[in-house]
Amino acid sequence: MSCHSLREAAPLPTSTAALDEFHQGLQFAHGELTCASCHLAGPTPSLRRADGERVDLRDAMVLCRQCHGPQARDYDHGAHGGMTGSWDLSTGGRMRNHCVDCHDPHAPRFQPSWPVLPPRDRGITAAAPRRN
Amino acid sequence: MSGPTRRVALKVVGATLGAGAFAYAGRPVAQWAASVDIDDLLRRHYKELTADELAQILHRIEDDTQKKYGVEVRVEDIPAQDGVSFGYALNLSLCIGCRKCAEACHHENNHDRSTNNSYIRVLEMQQGSFDMEHGRVDYDHAVPAPGKYYMPVQCHQCDNAPCVKVCPVEATWKERDGIVVVDYSWCIGCRYCEAACPYHARRFNWRAPEISADEINPDQGYLSNRIRPQGVVEKCTFCLHRTRKGLLPACLEACPTGARVFGNLLDPASPIRYVLEHKRVYVLKEELGTRPRFFYFFDK
Repeated sequence: MSCHSLREAAPLPTSTAALDEFHQGLQFAHGELTCASCHLAGPTPSLRRADGERVDLRDAMVLCRQCHGPQARDYDHGAHGGMTGSWDLSTGGRMRNHCVDCHDPHAPRFQPSWPVLPPRDRGITAAAPRRN
Repeated sequence: MSGPTRRVALKVVGATLGAGAFAYAGRPVAQWAASVDIDDLLRRHYKELTADELAQILHRIEDDTQKKYGVEVRVEDIPAQDGVSFGYALNLSLCIGCRKCAEACHHENNHDRSTNNSYIRVLEMQQGSFDMEHGRVDYDHAVPAPGKYYMPVQCHQCDNAPCVKVCPVEATWKERDGIVVVDYSWCIGCRYCEAACPYHARRFNWRAPEISADEINPDQGYLSNRIRPQGVVEKCTFCLHRTRKGLLPACLEACPTGARVFGNLLDPASPIRYVLEHKRVYVLKEELGTRPRFFYFFDK
């Protein structure tokens, strides 16, 4: 049972401003997309491929790669997306990030953050003479 | 006529004072000698050590660390793997300058806590400029800042490494998997290598690193992250204590944007080969002919 099984599904709104009961305040900054571009209205939350086919939430990467081809191609070659574990796959596995581990699907651009570990070693502070 | 004379008495007093003065003047030497292990002083070069000698040295370092830092560590000497030649690439289109890589290095490699030391410096660069010397490392604002891009710099493991050439005692050399290493027990601290490196990638231990026992990484390599003594030079080793066991370097695992790509240059299916073959790649200060194994690239 889910929220969507208890009531009649209404047509999905085209902008977050029209949301008056659920997902209010959702910030949306993902091109020209609307809710229905990626979400399928139905009894269980699921995603919608461009051809209308249903996609499980866990398979979001299938959805993302429809538009983000170069990133998907690089991902397939291990050159996009963070990972941990082994570079040598004959000795161990690696854990790779999924698209939505790093990108908020509703506002995919990285938000500014504060840098960590300010350098404190000698010779590199503003007052010190430049080393060449 | 015999018996002590004034002359003899003065001689005795003079000799006593002289001996005392000599002993006093020699005090620093005595203190220095107490801190230097005679076995360390008389040992042979790393490349000439027998397996037994090396095992003894590793054991002694483990004991010393226990005494000085109060923590049990394991110091290994991990040889280069056959058929492996390391390469590293960094995507400048993705790097946001968060310095998480520098922080991961700081912890992984047992750096001095008070100086925030790290083998990685992240340069904040003006968009449109490639001049490393105008990059700033002391930026202190939210990143990425408008109009800037970020270029982390660490040891480039050059195939034609200026730092190796200038070492007067062969305390630093290139291993067969491409990593340039330092034997901290052989280094005399002249800092020629630090001056020779065009990437400012080497660091000098002005003091012995200070780290609390609970923060020390106990998985240590003789040629990499074991705690360095005072007065020696150190540098990035591509985390050889990890990477020679097949693991990814700590800085790559910490990168939140996936900007870092690491792997075996000899494996045509590796991510690093994909980047080198398909991206716009450049090396820093190519005109110097250092032939780095560290590459920068762009997505577009």
